Amino acid sequence: MPKRTDIHKILIIGSGPIIIGQACEFDYSGTQACKALKEEGFKVILVNSNPATIMTDPEIADATYIEPITPEVLEKIIIKERPDAVLPTLGGQTGLNTAMKAIEAGIFKKYGVQMIGADYNTIKKAEDREHFKKAMLKIGLDVPKSALAYNMKEAKDALKKLGLPLIIRPSFTLGGTGGGIANTKEEFERIADLGLKSSMISEILIEESVMGWKEYELEVMRDKKDNVVIVCSIENFDPMGIHTGDSITVAPQQTLSDAEYQKMRDASIAIIREIGVETGGSNIQFAVDPKTGRMVVIEMNPRVSRSSALASKATGFPIAKFAAKLAVGYTLDEIRNDITRETPASFEPSIDYCVVKIPRFTFEKFPEAEDILGVSMKSVGETMAIGRTFKEALQKGLRGLEIGHFGLDNKSDFREISDEKIKHRLKEPNASRVFYIKYALQKGYSVSDIVNLTAIDPWFIENISQIVRLEKEFAGLKLNELNRDALLRIKQYGFSDRQIADLTNSNEIEVRNYRKKLNLEAVFKLVDTCAAEFEAYTPYYYSTYESECEARVSSKKKIMILGGGPNRIGQGIEFDYCCCHASFALKELGYETIMVNSNPETVSTDYDTSDKLYFEPLTLEDVMNIIDKEKPDGVIVQFGGQTPLNLAKKLNDLGAPIIGTSIESIARAENREEFNKLINKLGVNQAPGGCVNSKEEAADVASHIGYPVLVRPSFVLGGRAMRIVYDKTSLMEFMKEAKDVSEEHPVLIDKFLEDAVEVDVDVLADGRVAVIGGIMEHVEEAGVHSGDSACVLPPHTLSDEIIDKIRECAISLSGELNVRGLMNIQFAIKEDMVYVLEVNPRASRTVPFVSKATGVPLAKIAAKVMVGKSLKELGVTKEKQINHVAVKESVFPFSRFSGVDILLGPEMKSTGEVMGIDDTFGKAFYKSQLSAGGGLPKKGTIFISVKNDDKRHIVFIAKRLSDMGFKILATGGTHKAFKSNGIQAEMVGKIAEGDTKVLELIKKGKIKLIINTPSGKKGQSDMKPIRSLAVMHGIPCITTLQGAQAAVNGIESIQKSDFEVKPIQEYLSFNA
Amino acid sequence: MPNINHKKAILALEDGRVFEGFSFGADGESFGEVVFNTSLSGYQEILTDPSYCGQIVCMTYPLIGNYGINIDDVESRKIFLSGFIVKENSPIASNWRSQKTLSDYLGENNILGIEGIDTRALTKHIRLKGAMKAVISTEDLDIKSLVKKAKASRGLDGVDLVKEVIYDKPFEWNAKGRYKVAVLDCGVKFNILRRLEERNCKVVVLPADASADEILKLKPHGLLLSNGPGDPAAVTYVVSSLKKLIGKIPIFGICLGNQMLGLALGGKTYKLKFGHHGGNHPVKDLRTGRISITVQNHGFCVDIDTLKKNDIEITHINLNDNTLEGIRHKKYPLFSVQFHPEYGPGPHDAQYLFDEFIDLVKNYKR
Repeated sequence: MPKRTDIHKILIIGSGPIIIGQACEFDYSGTQACKALKEEGFKVILVNSNPATIMTDPEIADATYIEPITPEVLEKIIIKERPDAVLPTLGGQTGLNTAMKAIEAGIFKKYGVQMIGADYNTIKKAEDREHFKKAMLKIGLDVPKSALAYNMKEAKDALKKLGLPLIIRPSFTLGGTGGGIANTKEEFERIADLGLKSSMISEILIEESVMGWKEYELEVMRDKKDNVVIVCSIENFDPMGIHTGDSITVAPQQTLSDAEYQKMRDASIAIIREIGVETGGSNIQFAVDPKTGRMVVIEMNPRVSRSSALASKATGFPIAKFAAKLAVGYTLDEIRNDITRETPASFEPSIDYCVVKIPRFTFEKFPEAEDILGVSMKSVGETMAIGRTFKEALQKGLRGLEIGHFGLDNKSDFREISDEKIKHRLKEPNASRVFYIKYALQKGYSVSDIVNLTAIDPWFIENISQIVRLEKEFAGLKLNELNRDALLRIKQYGFSDRQIADLTNSNEIEVRNYRKKLNLEAVFKLVDTCAAEFEAYTPYYYSTYESECEARVSSKKKIMILGGGPNRIGQGIEFDYCCCHASFALKELGYETIMVNSNPETVSTDYDTSDKLYFEPLTLEDVMNIIDKEKPDGVIVQFGGQTPLNLAKKLNDLGAPIIGTSIESIARAENREEFNKLINKLGVNQAPGGCVNSKEEAADVASHIGYPVLVRPSFVLGGRAMRIVYDKTSLMEFMKEAKDVSEEHPVLIDKFLEDAVEVDVDVLADGRVAVIGGIMEHVEEAGVHSGDSACVLPPHTLSDEIIDKIRECAISLSGELNVRGLMNIQFAIKEDMVYVLEVNPRASRTVPFVSKATGVPLAKIAAKVMVGKSLKELGVTKEKQINHVAVKESVFPFSRFSGVDILLGPEMKSTGEVMGIDDTFGKAFYKSQLSAGGGLPKKGTIFISVKNDDKRHIVFIAKRLSDMGFKILATGGTHKAFKSNGIQAEMVGKIAEGDTKVLELIKKGKIKLIINTPSGKKGQSDMKPIRSLAVMHGIPCITTLQGAQAAVNGIESIQKSDFEVKPIQEYLSFNA
Repeated sequence: MPNINHKKAILALEDGRVFEGFSFGADGESFGEVVFNTSLSGYQEILTDPSYCGQIVCMTYPLIGNYGINIDDVESRKIFLSGFIVKENSPIASNWRSQKTLSDYLGENNILGIEGIDTRALTKHIRLKGAMKAVISTEDLDIKSLVKKAKASRGLDGVDLVKEVIYDKPFEWNAKGRYKVAVLDCGVKFNILRRLEERNCKVVVLPADASADEILKLKPHGLLLSNGPGDPAAVTYVVSSLKKLIGKIPIFGICLGNQMLGLALGGKTYKLKFGHHGGNHPVKDLRTGRISITVQNHGFCVDIDTLKKNDIEITHINLNDNTLEGIRHKKYPLFSVQFHPEYGPGPHDAQYLFDEFIDLVKNYKR
């Protein structure tokens, strides 16, 4: 059945900002879908609020709306574009939920837009737990016993009927928000209450606990002619009870016999048919009782998911691309397998390696939250590793996580860990459990002891036990005692050179050299969908230690780009965007591009993005192995965030041809003394400070410059462990932690500039000329991490003189550092003085935002500069001026971490970003808030409570809000300030004094906005319950005066007239 | 120096390519034609599939033995293949139905297993050079000698391996059933018998060399030609009985059964370069356009061009390489497929063909 000819224009809904449970995998799937549909000649309209995506690049879709993803905006776009169809299954849960709401509001019907990929009833049947369960029972499949509840009374009845422990899952949420396992009555009531609130339809499923059962996922595809294939099976290392996004998972399944697996396959096919997913991919989860084999169906996602991105990368079968083609009428046998070229897509991939995915957590960012795992997802990213055995893939994955482990290593000494702690850490699922399994084995626990404590399948524990046993054989040997066979064996178990160095009391480089002397080098094998049965044409490689290397090394000029590894807070999709752009740009110049990355969610690890893809951990050893083989003409470390930058010097020392800004310049920007010299030389202002290596030095410097001080370890990203410190005690605490974060690098201490305006600048330079890419004014004051702050391009409150000063300073810094490529500078403006806060000679997080706002592809230009093009040749000679306003706003994961306060500080906490773009600041800001989640209210009640210093300023803000018709609630001091200025406001008491009125109003949804600027430690604790509750109920909560000011502007502009939508292509051409 | 306590084993191919590994299962020396199987699971069914007689099977999935061995998943009374090649054998078995490890099972059946092999390199070699004769040995570790022995070994071409795997006497698989089906055993897999039994058939298994008269004397409602090992052209006796049976009784051929039927209908067979062995081959039913993911295990194939198109309809085609996967006679009640609708191991998609056979039997007016 060929392509449909009755539709021409298709609207694709993206997934919006990166949040926990919805990350770059939807950029990957969305980009694939847009490209696939465009290739077929369809006009593609895209809506996505996330500027850091490849899919929102102006050339990917025909019209790209970087606008809030809401039904109302969909309607505006539909009116403008009049698409024939909407494809909602590639934008994650956000895309699906928005489409569902739009249908319910009758929007699609009104404009004659048909939904393709899945219809309303199908989605309802799959997503609504009760419908789903009924459907499963109808086709003879088993499900956990359960009951539905819509209120607490029904929930309690279910508790009586089913008995504890119970699992509570809210319907229609993302990544299991608000769900949990209840072991006690109290827990049950708390989780049930939260679940009812976080469900879009106030519905929770209360379910028989299948905790500890084996967990499986199958990725299924179906076409219009009812042909169904299973793309990949996944077995979770962690058993049921831990969200699959937080579990270590393995592909393909390992411990089911064929008879059992085929039963699951049959069930999957029956499910996709019964639910009625007409075309495209779905993901179906099963649990299997390890004692009896009883198989129950857990859930189904009737759309492309995180697991399907993983399955695509694990098999080479591009699920999203094919899903898009199936949605427009093709059948599986009409689609060619890109990898083999000759065989069709109507097959089931066979793989000849083992894939391990390991989640990346950032509990260190939220010290108040425990690193305990459950049914609600908490990880922010993941790494995938491919090896010929599970042991090899697991160890590669652990070093690919970039959390300071070089495999299943001995970072902690098992002798120093108590039995009690081991048992506790094994029993209660947590982020480092896999290491505790090792420690337990080292302590002499048997495989079955560990199985009993963890409920992890014995096969996995046995494999870890084999690693431990082999390690024991090697411990204490000298390197030169190892022959090639012995070294081969340990490398085949996935041990890194660094681990071997630790065992043999040598160093990583010695092991590397010795290994090379014995002629033992990594070989590269292909991911080919077919286990070598057919010739493969796509160069998608992984390393292993075996007899035959399949890497096809060409004699072309080639550039290697090092990616950013797993997503984490501070290093995410923005850097992947830059890496992809580097690849695209260099391809344009005729270079062969080689991508190295370990993050399965990304566009960079699509085998289509670069000429060659090496799916490998970003460690010195793994990267050097590829360099040894490929001998690239240049290696780019500027685009992948801090990960490749941290490797730069060592790579350079081993002879890797790093291109772009020199290693010396990078060090000069990071090394405090060098940097001071540079600043002095240029005569630029800098907050006084110093660089210290000990507690004593720190105390000296701080007392010299005076508190408060801003402290941070050097060479980290995302303000990891960065803090504003007000006294010596806190400084000493900080020094201890800083050493844990970055052992080899000193700590920087600066005088903290209070109430300064922060400015971010991205600069392009070619060694001769520098051009400003964009100047962004932060909404929040200096001291809030730039990644967490909202920012505006162009600056909206700075004078031309100040902007000129900033420009001048940025250009002289890039000249002095001899930047080739991109550089980011952060400035603080206080009392008309311009201070330099920080200089990073690499692509920054704001690059995609600036590129989207100005239409200047900064990363592409930078990549071309790095291979020798001049800015002049590239036609980039002056800063782009724009006539519109773009606002970047950050998105936070606070609702995931109960007990965590939402106050912003120098440590970055946001997971993602959105962009609001319009002709005025007010409208752009309003859009940005709407996209970020809460959205600013147009009317209703606003609660205000500010610190003393802010009282004078808040009066003007409150006055305007009051004039706009808002009702104002305020606490004592704030209320007094309002009263004396003649602003109508109602007073509420402090929670500490027993007045819980505000909390009640928040729960009832009566308060529409909260403005709360905290003062010192005491004020923070009093308002914390209010802020936490606001987060749980999705009520916007502004914690800075500047944020409040911006919000007022936003509300004002929207009260005057509703906003309009406009594709990015129009903004950019208007400015050209 | 860490000791490596496995016993060394060598796999030598007739063209001189050699792979060194470690033995598991039995020790000794064993010959066969090396083929690779791309199934991710189902090693137990593969080991006990009589069609692998005379072959050494290399599993392309590297981790084998994980879920052990259980009594229920066998496809015949013993292991017929002559060697088993894997990347990594699991020393433990983890599954609620498992009764023993793979290693023990091979040992008990006196089958050589070799692990630690770069099975991907071996697979690529076979893909490029074709299936070839080989030897696995734990006794003779002299490479030259092994290659020579591999070259001199029997191989598959023109050899009747059916005789080595069949039951020597007729027997009843199950006593009751509405339709009496005679199964001509050329190395039948239990799953074929199970699928018939499920469909209300009384199943009688006859040895491949049963004559046409012997078969007709049983008055079966239908005849099933089973799968089996080796070169179809060597099984001339079955082909000549078939010629007498065509048109007299409903016939369903599977795999070798399809090839023999093809020969009986005047077609020719040829050897594929490295065959089809796995559980992911897309086959299109040309009558409906529907695609089944099928289980395949064959090194020979019926030449599409040698079939008389006036009499024979091509019903199934392999979408990977467009080879013949199924035929139906336009006048006589017979059809056959090259793949394994009975599955075991692999997907169940093509089961419907057993229903078609039952329909054929039901509707046949004798």
